[in-house]
Amino acid sequence: MKNPYLPYPVRIDKIITETEDRNLRTFRFVFLNSKDEEKFSYTPGQFAELSIAGKGESPIGIASSPTEKGHVTFTVNKVGLVTTRLHNMKEGDVMGIRGPLGNWYPWEEMEGKNVVIIGGGFAFTTLRSSIIYMLHPENRPRFKDISVVYGARNPGMLLYKDELAEWEQRDDIHMHITVDGTDDPDWKYNIGFVPTITEQKITSADNAIAIVCGPPIMIKFTQPVLEKVGFPPERIILSLEMRMKCGIGMCGRCNIGDKFVCKDGPVFSLAQLKNMPPEY
Amino acid sequence: MTKKIYTKKEWMEVLKGLADTYKIFVPVRDGDFHTFKALDETKIPDFDFKNTQLSPKSLVYPQSERMFEYTLDENAPDANIIKESKKDYSPQAIVGIRPCDAHAFQIVKPNFDNPEYQDPWWIQRYESTTFVGLGCNDPGSTCFCTSVGGGPFSEKGLDVLLYDLGDTFLAKALTDKGETFLEKAQGGKEADEKAINAGEGLAAGAADKIEVRVHTDKLKDKVQTELFDAPFWDDVAFACINCGICTYLCPTCWCFDIQDEMVGKQGDRIRNWDSCMFPLFTLHGSGHNPRSKKVQRVRQRFMHKLKYYVDKHNNGVQCSGCGRCVRNCPANIDIRQICELMNVEC
Ligand SMILES: Cc1cc2nc3c(=O)[nH]c(=O)nc-3n(C[C@H](O)[C@H](O)[C@H](O)COP(=O)(O)OP(=O)(O)OC[C@H]3O[C@@H](n4cnc5c(N)ncnc54)[C@H](O)[C@@H]3O)c2cc1C
Ligand code: SF4
Ligand code: SF4
Ligand code: FES
Repeated sequence: MKNPYLPYPVRIDKIITETEDRNLRTFRFVFLNSKDEEKFSYTPGQFAELSIAGKGESPIGIASSPTEKGHVTFTVNKVGLVTTRLHNMKEGDVMGIRGPLGNWYPWEEMEGKNVVIIGGGFAFTTLRSSIIYMLHPENRPRFKDISVVYGARNPGMLLYKDELAEWEQRDDIHMHITVDGTDDPDWKYNIGFVPTITEQKITSADNAIAIVCGPPIMIKFTQPVLEKVGFPPERIILSLEMRMKCGIGMCGRCNIGDKFVCKDGPVFSLAQLKNMPPEY
Repeated sequence: MTKKIYTKKEWMEVLKGLADTYKIFVPVRDGDFHTFKALDETKIPDFDFKNTQLSPKSLVYPQSERMFEYTLDENAPDANIIKESKKDYSPQAIVGIRPCDAHAFQIVKPNFDNPEYQDPWWIQRYESTTFVGLGCNDPGSTCFCTSVGGGPFSEKGLDVLLYDLGDTFLAKALTDKGETFLEKAQGGKEADEKAINAGEGLAAGAADKIEVRVHTDKLKDKVQTELFDAPFWDDVAFACINCGICTYLCPTCWCFDIQDEMVGKQGDRIRNWDSCMFPLFTLHGSGHNPRSKKVQRVRQRFMHKLKYYVDKHNNGVQCSGCGRCVRNCPANIDIRQICELMNVEC
């Protein structure tokens, strides 16, 4: 019997400090047993439990794309017990990864459609995975226009800055980077909250699907903007967070109605959420 | 299937003889209550009881259980690697389990054993257990098994059913596991027509003694969000003190927590029963809590048992009618009344 609680042992291969407050770091992991990499076969939108002996586990969205071979990456905000310990670990340290867990963005439905990606704060992780995945030469023809609105409090709080700059240069993806505010006179991109920039830049819902990830307040104000442009609830896709332990629908804590966010989610359409109790 | 009859005196000897094959758990008197304990020379089984105070769920699903172990000693080659612990899954038998508590394991099963994921510990312990039930001649006043798909002599989830015929036990094998058990239960004799008829008479009489009827027929057709917004939740939750007794005593509650515990450089990953009645259960690291209010947690308990489970598993309600929560709630919260509130005509 496969034990769904047993993590794969991994080594921390690289740690990148992402934000100027040093609270967000990207961890790149390599599997100790190379066969485990095949078993950990994932799709953008899924998450995994990062497992530290002596501390516990935290569910974290997978930030790498399955098209990037040889490692998996996660970007982790320092919050409490497990994530603080993780931030104190160094390259070469051994820990565990359990997963992949949960469902993923509706890739089949997105084929042949325009894709609008809206992200705020550090919830950009699985969106990075999705962008890398879609931009891969094998996958790019499967999607029409790709537009991205991504915002952070200030320029220093943006994740994946080098990649953002690179995507800005490309003509097969429309980037709309924004910050709530900045005193940097050389700031080249937008200034304004994500919902405002979305309203300015995303003007058509024709044949389009929107994926929205961010803090609750951003989601709350972005939703009506998208609905005004004409996105029906079926084509607004959200990824939810809940406190989790098992990640496989057994421990009972992450439910919304009869759905488990860990197993039936974390990805839900707004249409689905409208039929679920508003308890998240 | 085999049907045997044992005198009560003989039965006690039979149980001792079974100790070579099974770890035997029996109801034992412990102060004011009965509990299931492993049979040894110091324990006297007592089959004259209504039901145990604690349900026997811990015999399949321990209240605290080691999942994994590890060392943080950097000199060890496997430092920081989480490994499975050795477990003992030799056969055990719960003798004298009440039909509601055996039914409860069947209700819980789809949570731990489903097409997507299998919980190895629950499943292995469940499979290594033989459930030897004891029918209830005289059900308690808080029992309502007959409303939730069970009955005082229900065979659901049992391998053997015992009928207390006064001086004797009639033992009926119900599964292959049960056949094996009775084969090993040396002694007794083939049950005659008279004993079998007496057993059937007892069963029919006992079911009639349960007068309470709880209605669950409309739960399935209700809209989840409408029941969630029903006006009665504030009243239902008012008296609850969130002590969690109901969830710990309940044989069909299964929620758990996972914690790491260290002694020196050696550590274990442990799972412990948890309760939806506690605010920490759903508290995010950020401080946000989707069920921060008492009423939300009380609603979760009853919605889970009487609506979410019903919708998800198509296996009735998540309650076996044992009545423990009704008897032991310090605030007199009664699931039977709440079920009626939820089940009213739309
Ligand atoms: C599907 C999903 C994807 C996530 N993706 C990311 C990500 O990419 N980057 C990131 O930084 N954070 C992410 N989070 C949030 C992250 O899981 C929590 O911040 C983290 O678990 C806090 O753990 P802690 O031990 O440091 O905090 P503590 O407060 O000490 O928490 C103790 C334990 O409670 C549980 N827990 C606490 N808060 C949460 C929470 N918000 N969600 C789930 N479990 C929690 C965990 O089991 C944790 O170990 C995600 C959460 C979910 C559910
Ligand atoms: S036993 Fe009663 S008071 Fe205690 S948590 Fe359960 S319902 Fe509330
Ligand atoms: S909800 Fe109450 S009556 Fe039902 S199985 Fe649990 S403890 Fe028994
Ligand atoms: S995290 Fe355990 S049920 Fe979802």
